[in-house]
Amino acid sequence: MTAQAKSPKRQTGTTYHDELAAIREELDKCMKCGNCMAVCPVYGAEKVEPAVTRSKIAVAEAVLAGELELDDPQVYEMMFNCLVCKSCMTNCPTKVNFDRIMLALRAALVRKNGLPWLKKMIFSTLKHPTLFDTGMRLGAALQGLAFKSEADGRAISPRAPFARVGGAIGFDGERQMPALNATPLRDRVDEVVRVEGAVMKVAFFTGDSLNYFYPETGRDLIEVLTANKIEVHIPKAQSCCGVPVLVHGDVDTARALARKNIDTIEATGCAYLITGCGSCGGAWQHDYPELLAADPVYGPKAANWARRTCDVSTFLTRIIALRPPTGRIERTVTYHDSCHLKKSMKVAAEPREILQSIPGLTFREMAAPDACCGSGGSYVLTHFETASTIGRKKAEDIERTQADTVSTGCPACMMQLLDNVHRVGGRQQVTHFISLLAESYRREKKDPDSGR
Amino acid sequence: MLEATVIEQLENLAGKENVLTGKVDLVAYSYDATADMPRQTPDVVVLPTSAEMVQEIVHLARRNKIAIYPRGAGTNLSGGAIPLKKGIVLSFQKMNRIVDIDPANLTAVVQPGVVIAALNAAVAPYGLIYPPDPGTVATATMGGSAAENSGGLRGLKYGVTKNYIMGMEVVLASGEKVRFGGKTVKNVTAYDFSNLFVGSEGTLGIITELTAKLIPAPKYRRTMMGVFKTLADAGNAVAGIIAAQVIPATLEIMDRMTIRTVEDFAHIGLPVDAEALLLIEVDGMAEEVVRAEAEAVMQVVRDMGGDLKTAETDQERDQLWTARRNALPALASLNNTVVLEDATVPRSRITDMLIACENIAQKYNLVLGTFGHAGDGNLHPTILCDKRDQDEISRVHKAVDEIFETALRFGGTLSGEHGIGMAKMKYLGDELGRPGLDLMRTIKQALDPDSILNPGKMVPLREN
Repeated sequence: MTAQAKSPKRQTGTTYHDELAAIREELDKCMKCGNCMAVCPVYGAEKVEPAVTRSKIAVAEAVLAGELELDDPQVYEMMFNCLVCKSCMTNCPTKVNFDRIMLALRAALVRKNGLPWLKKMIFSTLKHPTLFDTGMRLGAALQGLAFKSEADGRAISPRAPFARVGGAIGFDGERQMPALNATPLRDRVDEVVRVEGAVMKVAFFTGDSLNYFYPETGRDLIEVLTANKIEVHIPKAQSCCGVPVLVHGDVDTARALARKNIDTIEATGCAYLITGCGSCGGAWQHDYPELLAADPVYGPKAANWARRTCDVSTFLTRIIALRPPTGRIERTVTYHDSCHLKKSMKVAAEPREILQSIPGLTFREMAAPDACCGSGGSYVLTHFETASTIGRKKAEDIERTQADTVSTGCPACMMQLLDNVHRVGGRQQVTHFISLLAESYRREKKDPDSGR
Repeated sequence: MLEATVIEQLENLAGKENVLTGKVDLVAYSYDATADMPRQTPDVVVLPTSAEMVQEIVHLARRNKIAIYPRGAGTNLSGGAIPLKKGIVLSFQKMNRIVDIDPANLTAVVQPGVVIAALNAAVAPYGLIYPPDPGTVATATMGGSAAENSGGLRGLKYGVTKNYIMGMEVVLASGEKVRFGGKTVKNVTAYDFSNLFVGSEGTLGIITELTAKLIPAPKYRRTMMGVFKTLADAGNAVAGIIAAQVIPATLEIMDRMTIRTVEDFAHIGLPVDAEALLLIEVDGMAEEVVRAEAEAVMQVVRDMGGDLKTAETDQERDQLWTARRNALPALASLNNTVVLEDATVPRSRITDMLIACENIAQKYNLVLGTFGHAGDGNLHPTILCDKRDQDEISRVHKAVDEIFETALRFGGTLSGEHGIGMAKMKYLGDELGRPGLDLMRTIKQALDPDSILNPGKMVPLREN
C-alpha cells in the first residue's frame, strides 16, 4: 500500500459519498411516475409501495427535509431493502441515478452512527487482505463441519443442526452454495501467464468471488485469454473491489481498496483491465471514478482505468476478434443477464455472441433474461424471503426453456441460481459463459476435427 | 390520528401483515404521480385480500367516520390517490388475480390490482387484447384505471377504459356489495352502473372486481411519420386523414418545442426547424385494407407538404416511435418539475389549441411543450418549471388557468384522460355550471352521505 492510500482523509473535496445533500439534484429528477414498479424485483416480490424505488426517494426527501431521521430503524430497514440492482434506472424516464441516492444514504448513516458492530467486524477484515485471506482459507477448511457435500462435489448444503439455526437466513437444509476453495485462484496461477506470440497483455481483476468460490471459472477465463494469444497478469496484491463494503456505506474502506487496486493494476503496465464479474467491472467503470472524483491524484487515474476496464466478453468480441471455437459442445444453454453486467457495464450482446459461436451449442432465451435473480450480495442473507421469491421466479423461467445449462456472467448470480434452480427441482448446471468457451477450446485439443 | 383500537380492529380483520402503520410506510403512500400537489400521509395503509375484507373495513370506517382512499398503483395524474384527509389508504396491490379468461365471450374477469400489461400478457395466447393503453400500462392497475377512466394512444379508434368495462362488483359506502353488468354484450337492465363507477375516481364506491371486454388483436399495421413546416399543415393533415375515411389507431402530434427538446435529448435526426410532427399508425385484420389505409394517409401527408417517413420493419417502426416515446422524458429533463395537463378540444380545433398554448407560454414566460393525441383532440401541454421558484410557480398556475379556459372556449373539456381529482376541481363549475355541480353533489351525497370515500376529490362539496 502506498503512503497516500493509507490515509482516506487525504481527499480534498467531497462527493455524494461524503455529503447527503449532494444527491438533492437526483431526488429532484424523480417525478414519482412509478415506472420503477414495472421492474423493481423487490416490489415485484413484496407488492407494497415501501418496497419500490420512488417511495425510497420520497423517504430520502423526507430525511433531507428533516421530517424523518436517517437512523430511525424504519428508515434504516427500508434503505437496506434494496438489491442495488439498478433495474429501476433502466426504466426511469428522467434517468434518476438511484444507485447514487442509495449509496449516499447508506454512507450518511454510517457517518452518523458508525458501522454496526457486525459489519465493522467483517469489513475490517477486508481492509487487511492477509487476515481476510486467512479467514477464507479457514472457512474452506472448516466448512465440512457445517455443510455436507452434494453429489457433484462442487456444491454443498448445510448439515442438520446448522440448517435448523440457519433456516431464517436461508441456510436451511435445502440450500446449495459453492464450496469455498482451500486454494484460492490467485494461489493456483502464476502472476503472469505468458503465451507464445502474445499480441497484447492484460490485467485480470479476479474479485473475491472468482478467487475464493469459483477459482475454476477464473482459470477458464485465463485459459480463454491465452487461447486468444493474450498474456494475462494476475497480481497477487489485488484486493476485493470494494462494492460489498460500499453498498453498506463504508466509504473509507471502499476508497482505500480502490486506491490500492489502482496502484496494483497500474504496476502491471497493461493496457486493459479484464473482469469476469459484473460487480467488480462496474466498480472500476463507475464507482471508482465517482468515489475518487474529488481526489486530485487518484481521480484522474480512476477515470483512466474506467475507460480501460471491460468485461472479458467485451474484450474478446469488441477489442480483439474472438478466435472462433471449434470444439463441439452438445448442450442447450440459456443466459441470465447479471444486473451489474447489463445495467452497469451495459454488456448483454457479447456473452450471447460468444455462446452462439460455440459449435453444437443450442442457445435458448428465457423470458425476462435481465430480471434480477435476487442475489444482491448480502441481500440474500438479510432478506432471504424476498430474495427467494425473486429467485424462484427466475428459476421457473429457466426451467421453462428446457435448457440443460444456465450461464451467466457474474459469480454472485451463479450462487443464487445454483440455490434456486435446485429449490424448484431444476436440473440445469449453472456456469459462467466463459467456462463453456473454455470447454469448447479444450475439446479442440482432444478432438481436432470436432465441430468441422 | 386514529385511535389505537381502530388499528387493532383493522389488524384483526385484515391480518397484521396487511396493515401498515410505520412512518416510513405512510410516507410511501403520501403521493401519486401528480406534480405540484400537496403530500399527505394517511393514518394507516390496509392491503385487503378479498371483497369481504373490503366490506368489513368500510363498515369500520363508516362507524368511526374515517376517510378511505382507494389506491391502485398510484400512477394517476390528478392527485386522485393522495390521502388528503388522512384516514385509511386501501391499497389493492395484493388483490391481483386474473379470475377468468373467457375467449368464447371475449371477456376477462379480474381483481382490481391486476396490472394492465399483465392482463394483456395473459390474453395474448388467445390472440386477444385489452385495448386501453395509458402510458403506465406496465404498472397501472385495472381498478385504478377504471376508476380514473384512463385513455391512451389508441383512443381514437379503440376508445378508452369506459368502452371496455362490461361489469363490476363494487363495495358501497354502506358496506354493501353490488354486482352489475357481466359477460353479455347487451345489457340494459337498470341504470348503466358501469358507466357511473368508471371514472368516479373512488368517490362513489370501491371496485373489487371487473369484467373487461377483449377484442381480437389486429394482425397488420403500418406506421408512418409526417414532419410539417407549419402547424396549420399538420392540422390540415389530421383533418384530411379523417376526411379520407381512415381512422388510425394512433395519430399523435408533437409541437416545435417538443421536437427540438427530443432531438437535443435523444439525437435521432429530427428536423429541428419543423413546426409539427405527426406519428400515424393504421392497423386491422386484413392486409389489403391496412395497406389501402396507409396509402391514403401517405397521400394526405404529401398533399399537405409533409416530409414522409414510413416503417417497413419492426425495427423501423421502433425508430419512428422513439420520438414519441421520448417526448415526456425529454421535456422532463429540462427542469425539476413537470406540470402535465390534458386539456382536450374537438379534433378540428387542435391547431388553434397548439397555437394558444404557445402564446400562453410566451405570455407567462414559461417553458412549455405540447404533444398528445391529435386524433382525439387530447393534448398534453407540458410546463417545465422549478418547484423552488415561487414566482415561476405562480405564473404556472396562471398559465394552467388560461389553458383550461381556452380549451373550454374551443368547445373542449378540462380532462381527456387524467381525471379531475384535486388538480382540476376548482375548474369544474366552469365546464358544468351550477346545476351540473349540484347534480354531482346529489349523486355523491346519495351514495356516500358521510363522505368517507376519497373525500376532497372531484366533487366540490359545500363546506359545512
